[in-house]
Amino acid sequence: MNRDFWNAFASNRGALVGLAILVVVVLMAIFADVLYPRSPWSMVTAPFQPPLSDDVLLGSDTLGRDIAAGVVHGSRVSLLIGLISSLVALFIGVTLGALAGYFGGWVDDAIMRFTELFQTIPNFVLAVVLVAIFTPSIYSLVAAIAIVSWPPLARLARGEFLSLRSREFVLAAVTTGQSTPRIILREILPNSLSPIIVAASLTVATAILLESALSFLGLGDPNMMSWGYQIGAARTVLRQAWWMSFFPGIAILITVLAINLVGEGLNDALNPKLARKGRGR
Amino acid sequence: MSTAKQPVLELRNLSVSLPPGGDRPFAVEQVNLRVAAKEILCIVGESGSGKSMVAHAIMGLLPEPHVKVAAGEALLNGENLFTMSRTRQRQVRGVGMGMIFQEPMTALNPLMRVGEQIEEALRLHSDLDGRGRRARVLELLADVGLPNPEDLRRSYPFRLSGGQRQRVMIAIALALEPDLLIADEPTTALDVTTQKQILDLIRKVQAEKGMGVIFITHDFGVVAEIADSVAVMQHGRCVEYARAEQVLNRPEHTYTRELIAAVPHYIEHREDFVREGTALLKADSVRKVFQVGGGFLRRGRELIAADNVSLTIHPGETVGVVGESGSGKSTLGRCIVGLHKADGGRIVFQGTDLVGLSRKAFRPFRKDVQMVFQDPYASLNPRYRVADIISQGPIAFGTPRKKAHERARELLELVGLDASVARRFPHEFSGGQRQRISIARALALDPKLLIADEPVSALDVSVQTQVLDLLDDIRYQLGLAMLFITHDLRVAAQVCDTIAVMQTGRIVELGTCRDVFSNPTHSYTRTLLDAIPGQQWEIPADLRHLRGERARRPREVSR
Amino acid sequence: MAKIGLFLARRLVKAAIILFFIVLINFALIRAAPGDPAAVMAGEAGASDPQYVELLRQRFGLDEPLHTQMWIYVSSVFQGDLGFSYRQGRFVSDLILERLPATLLLTVTAFIFALAMGVLLGTLAAMKVGRWADTAITTLALVSYATPLFWLGLMLILLFSVHLGWLPSFGFESVGAGHTGLARVADVAAHMVLPVLTLGLFYMAVYTRLTRSSILEVHEMDFVKTARAKGVTEGNVMMFHVLRNAILPVITFAGFQAGHLIGGSILVETVFAWPGIGRLAFNALLQRDYQVLLGVFVVTSILVLLFNIITDLLYTVIDPRIEVE
Repeated sequence: MNRDFWNAFASNRGALVGLAILVVVVLMAIFADVLYPRSPWSMVTAPFQPPLSDDVLLGSDTLGRDIAAGVVHGSRVSLLIGLISSLVALFIGVTLGALAGYFGGWVDDAIMRFTELFQTIPNFVLAVVLVAIFTPSIYSLVAAIAIVSWPPLARLARGEFLSLRSREFVLAAVTTGQSTPRIILREILPNSLSPIIVAASLTVATAILLESALSFLGLGDPNMMSWGYQIGAARTVLRQAWWMSFFPGIAILITVLAINLVGEGLNDALNPKLARKGRGR
Repeated sequence: MSTAKQPVLELRNLSVSLPPGGDRPFAVEQVNLRVAAKEILCIVGESGSGKSMVAHAIMGLLPEPHVKVAAGEALLNGENLFTMSRTRQRQVRGVGMGMIFQEPMTALNPLMRVGEQIEEALRLHSDLDGRGRRARVLELLADVGLPNPEDLRRSYPFRLSGGQRQRVMIAIALALEPDLLIADEPTTALDVTTQKQILDLIRKVQAEKGMGVIFITHDFGVVAEIADSVAVMQHGRCVEYARAEQVLNRPEHTYTRELIAAVPHYIEHREDFVREGTALLKADSVRKVFQVGGGFLRRGRELIAADNVSLTIHPGETVGVVGESGSGKSTLGRCIVGLHKADGGRIVFQGTDLVGLSRKAFRPFRKDVQMVFQDPYASLNPRYRVADIISQGPIAFGTPRKKAHERARELLELVGLDASVARRFPHEFSGGQRQRISIARALALDPKLLIADEPVSALDVSVQTQVLDLLDDIRYQLGLAMLFITHDLRVAAQVCDTIAVMQTGRIVELGTCRDVFSNPTHSYTRTLLDAIPGQQWEIPADLRHLRGERARRPREVSR
Repeated sequence: MAKIGLFLARRLVKAAIILFFIVLINFALIRAAPGDPAAVMAGEAGASDPQYVELLRQRFGLDEPLHTQMWIYVSSVFQGDLGFSYRQGRFVSDLILERLPATLLLTVTAFIFALAMGVLLGTLAAMKVGRWADTAITTLALVSYATPLFWLGLMLILLFSVHLGWLPSFGFESVGAGHTGLARVADVAAHMVLPVLTLGLFYMAVYTRLTRSSILEVHEMDFVKTARAKGVTEGNVMMFHVLRNAILPVITFAGFQAGHLIGGSILVETVFAWPGIGRLAFNALLQRDYQVLLGVFVVTSILVLLFNIITDLLYTVIDPRIEVE
């Protein structure tokens, strides 16, 4: 099983590249303090130093802070918020979707109307309002991103549960006297996991984009250096100093791209039938 | 063979290759066939025999480049289909030959009106003007026996039943009066009465237009009904090819003989069941209504799935519930086993009414009433080992794990599998083997009543008999009562003591197997019996004997 | 026609119900925010003006029980009263209405651009599956899908405005140029190019991927085989059989995505100084002017609801099966 999974994953070259990039980003986040022991907020050189200047590989910003240090430390916030908010969204989405799909009837109706409500609200506007009102912090960011990210996961989980609930092996579990929690957790959940894992990996990518957008608007955690903040702070001096916004943006682009590639690889490995459709017949 | 006439289609040494890495290099290997005008050639085989591939190769519909014609010729009126230009190929499709498919529900474009879909072929390949095409569409719709052609022309496919859609498909295939009609299992997805109508229709239009027909099927009953000549395929090869009369009555190849022996039919040797003592289960006026559609604020339509259904099952008795799709036969089974809550009536099991019991109060009865499902590929959780699947019931009822696994191994032997397979996962087994595992799971709780819901309809005929034999053996050995749900009267005839015929939620006839078959009282039962394909054909005596032997063969018990 | 009327009526009722809940959320947000709700509503502006805070307290009955407050708030919103911006000294509804056309122009254009290009590229990729054109389009989609909107905007400005000098980098039109008639249209169009591209590219990527996979899926279906068996040309199979069916999930999804698109306009309008409600929201954010921010929240939600109704209507036109439900 595991070897098959890896072979299928590895047969997608993009997924391997994505995984390699992701490993680098994760290592960067873990060893940020080793690579750049000084705080990314500290001024290390003159302002407006272009890239490849002394000491500052990627240049310095308007206050003489090292852009490279900011990019390395910024990976922490992006990954942390992306991951945690996706996990929260996953928990909310799968729980609601599972209940709706399994129990059907009015439970399903109520939960799906609720989901629809959240899908109607422009998600980015809601995230902005939430973070603004609850004052920007890592907690409000995670909460806001999770709150706007769960509906697609709920719909997906509901669909899976709905179709699996009437599958014969689940009916067999009912007739052999298995308890409801056991049926949900041991029979249905493991079989619905593949598409949910793939969707969740894409949620992480979207969450990172959301976080960077919020930080760009000045709604990031004021104590943590982030890529979005760097771009937002450099926006007004775009004409004079392109590098200040260019490099953090590249960091976001590459990280999100890597996660999406890994997601596609997971899709190939976990849903072999769908994958074949996607890549040549 | 109709050697005298110039064939409409001739296949010479057709081979179709499969992508490398599969279980065999060729889907079809060196097949030689010919179809003359006014001839119906049946290609018979089980799943994976390559019979559909032959049809798709002729029509140029193979999923290239993975599956493609590797060698051979297909001559349509002397012209090789495989070497002609793409443009010519397109012309030939439609004008020279037409095709109908197995699944009428998906074979029509859901967003196009029925009339447009028929007209499309006319627009491409005929000189008719708009008015002429419309007249032709109406004529075709009438030809295939559809009511109100004028209304139907403007309908979308979703408003049509499966049988009606298949008629539309035939109309499309006939639009340009092709010389050759290819029908790929066109009645497999249909109910038996609809199947009969479609078979009659195909035979009628074939005779009128003098077409050659290639008819692909897995069912020897259908073969007996319509074939002029028969080709039997196994593992991509044509193992027997002769006139229908000869293949049906004097089959030569072992595989053909096996297939014919496996055709389910009424067995005379069965003794009538003698009812003794009190009934194990007594269903009394059971009613089940489903809400279809509807939502938060809207009320849905009501669908009465079972209405006033009453029957009894005695210990050791096998009661067959026979009906077409939508007759409520599965609903009844699911109400008894507690998957649906009946809305009315009583289901008394050994003195206790199961209707209205809470989930908790029902639980003790789960042990006594077990179920075997239809689809062996969906009825086993792919993530668990066979031993865990079989022992899930006993473990849920408190049997220690180790003991339950031991019992699972015993049961595997009982259902004809090796005890060592207990450690494997479901995907390592074939459909028939999976169905055996499914039966073992049902037996693990030592039930008194087994509900078998279409347990063999997803299986190939040769496997079908084995599983039917197994079920028959087991219920004799264990003294089980069984409710056997099926759409196939022939299958019911083979295993059931008593038969209940259901139509639109009601039981219209209930009697012993012998009575229902030899002396049906309700007109619907007669319609069903009439619709059984190939009734005028008697399975050759030597093969019937073979079948009887098998049914009576004693089996070792490992308990 | 009567059927469409009934359908519209039903959808409008549903939209009104959803809107009611959105306004409730709005109310809940004010109540849930840390601190005095009146102070929250007043934002930073009110901090120095206790009189204004007191005014708000009375207007919204903030000393009354919760359900009365809720009722006052909801009914005032449904009467079109979105509050008063102390900062700007104007009614929030006026502020928003004034800027709505610019946002609509931007988002609708971007939506049409994204959908048209997405369907086009997705179809092209599906037709050439596995070949270089497919690889190129898929890669473009993959990269566009990973690019942050606001950064893309900045980079486009850098390239097309700063370096090449081809296109204006900010605003709705050239201020003080005094263009009229067609010249003005051309001027606005030139200003629109970069914002539309920025906002549209991400969604184009989404629709490209969706169209491609949907076409490949439909391509395998039985009715496509039927069409081939009729001898329909490959081009017509694609046009009349595959594409029409494949487009349905794209439309459904596009309807859902409308909300995200309008949300994205906050970023784009901020980057390009586009005088729409997104820009308004950003300024409100800087000034902690929550009344305006929440007003934008309600109005954008209404826009999404309208958008959804339009896509639903479109859907009923394309799919004959819908009317029976």
